[in-house]
Amino acid sequence: MEEKELFVQGNEACALGAISAGCRFFAGYPITPSTEIAEIMSKKLPTVGGHFVQMEDEISAVGAIIGASWAGQKVVTATSGPGVSLMQENIGYAAITETPIVVINMQRGSPSTGQPTRSAQADMMQARWGSHGDYEIIALAPSSVQECFDYTIKAFNLAEQYRVPVLVMADEIVGHMREKITIPSEIEVVPRTMPEKVDNYLPFDADDNSTTPMPAFAEGFNVHITGLTHDERGYPSTDDPDVHTKLVTRLCNKILSKRNEMALIETEFLDDADTIVISYGIPSRSALTAVKQAREKGLKVGYIKLGIVWPFPEEKLLELTANASRIIIPELNLGQIYLEVDRVLGKHAKVELISKIGGALHTPDEILSKILEE
Amino acid sequence: MQKQEHPHKFMKYLRSERLPHIFCPGCGNGIVMNTIFNAIEMSDKDFDNISMVSGIGCSSRIPGYVKCDSLHTTHGRALAFATGLKIANSQQDVIVVTGDGDATSIGGNHLIHAARRNIDLTVICVNNDIYGMTGGQISPTSPEGSYATTAPYGSTDKPFNISEVAKAAGATYVAKYTTAQPVQVSMAIKDGLQNKGFSLIEVISACPTYYGRKNKIKTPTDMMNWFKQNTITLQQAENMSDEELVGKIVTGVYINKPRKEFVESLDDLIDKYSDIKSEENIKKAYMSD
Repeated sequence: MEEKELFVQGNEACALGAISAGCRFFAGYPITPSTEIAEIMSKKLPTVGGHFVQMEDEISAVGAIIGASWAGQKVVTATSGPGVSLMQENIGYAAITETPIVVINMQRGSPSTGQPTRSAQADMMQARWGSHGDYEIIALAPSSVQECFDYTIKAFNLAEQYRVPVLVMADEIVGHMREKITIPSEIEVVPRTMPEKVDNYLPFDADDNSTTPMPAFAEGFNVHITGLTHDERGYPSTDDPDVHTKLVTRLCNKILSKRNEMALIETEFLDDADTIVISYGIPSRSALTAVKQAREKGLKVGYIKLGIVWPFPEEKLLELTANASRIIIPELNLGQIYLEVDRVLGKHAKVELISKIGGALHTPDEILSKILEE
Repeated sequence: MQKQEHPHKFMKYLRSERLPHIFCPGCGNGIVMNTIFNAIEMSDKDFDNISMVSGIGCSSRIPGYVKCDSLHTTHGRALAFATGLKIANSQQDVIVVTGDGDATSIGGNHLIHAARRNIDLTVICVNNDIYGMTGGQISPTSPEGSYATTAPYGSTDKPFNISEVAKAAGATYVAKYTTAQPVQVSMAIKDGLQNKGFSLIEVISACPTYYGRKNKIKTPTDMMNWFKQNTITLQQAENMSDEELVGKIVTGVYINKPRKEFVESLDDLIDKYSDIKSEENIKKAYMSD
């Protein structure tokens, strides 16, 4: 394929990224501000031999993509806050059954119906904790239309690699913004591996901190997949504390133990920085401008952007900020990832939040003013 | 003398290492499993090509005992999962096992929409008029006045007629029989398997442990007799008044009227707008390009 340049919306870039990653199944339900992804998938998927289905609600949308994933497809759904809330039970099902799925959340003002056409980053904690129980997911946060494309592909690859739900935590601004993007000539795609057919095949016989190759239905494996606590055979085993402890610990540690390895971090001006602005998603745009303006004023300010927010790259961030005494984090919420940054970095640096809600993005001036406060 | 082993003829379809099962003595689920295997053998379907999907509840545990690919999903959502499973690989035959609470209460929305789409699924809805797994609460099919742990003074709710709901929503094959009619149930499941479209077989089943105990029909034989005494045909029901129909189980084929199947319609779009066939993309996740 030849390299291509396009001028598109973030929602469209997500749809194109999904198809480039090999996705041939979309199930979804209309919701602002992510509806364009469903519209584009309904148009494009039949042209590449894929299936689009508009489901009766978001609960069934996640159910359908999990079913299609077990049939052997890479799958995605797209939604926003109210839809994500409905999806939570089945996201937990995907986590315990180790089903690769991608969920795109174009975050909007919330709670409840909130502000359908305005931006927010207020679902960041829900992304990690939204379903009941101990489990881990992966969450990426694109800050540009190009990243909507790149991170969606990355989301599919991570979902396959770790057999886990991956959430693309975009927002209304990045979803509706139009920018020029480059579709590279070569795209790295991680294919699924069919397990070997052996006697006494054990579909969930994974080492600690890892997963197993995922079988497909209709291949003769005769697997049993259940949301109940299950043993290596996939059979329910709900009374044995050891089976439960082993399974749930592994599901969490297969993600947590790779938090630094999979980190997706961009940095600027860190070498001599005593103040560092850490951001993720759309506020990163204003953050970088503000940091550059501070540098022009001769201030020793650095910039870190988290592409993957969950799992949180604790040790990597400690290393990058070891010489900083002050951390500033701008977020479109009342302080969510701030709590995580403070937990990890608060012992050696003063962590300050620039909170903004209501729908508008932080201006570079707002971030610069905070930097200049000290 | 050495004990002779006489394995049941359907043992080959079971995950024998998972036995004994969790079902109570007198539960109708065993009869339902028998009828499913009978139906598969009578049909033109190959057991090895069957995948099963279920939700949550006693009958939803059935697929876990069957030696096929089986997806035991969340409460009420079996049809949503099955919709994705079937669309993504329509070459497999998908049987959904669900209960009255699973299919018509928490999953009622998915039932009417799967029926509306006429997606090729064979749904066996095991209706015992009660929530068994949680210990005997009323369900959307519990008769008015019947007792349950959440209806200590008798149910005040008007029950659903599952077969009529499925028919009205657009299912192309719907039949209802009781576990006292295993031959009819088997034939209906066979016809459902062979119908290319949404088929629902409602099986009125016995829960002596909870429904029976709460409603003074305590033994499995009492429940069977209760079914037999109250079963009438659709033809008989035609000439009966609403009052006469109270408490009656109206059995027969509610609809058998094929129409265009959902995945076929999706694949028509692929044929029209793409150079590749949908079957070339089956299990695409495993392909490296």
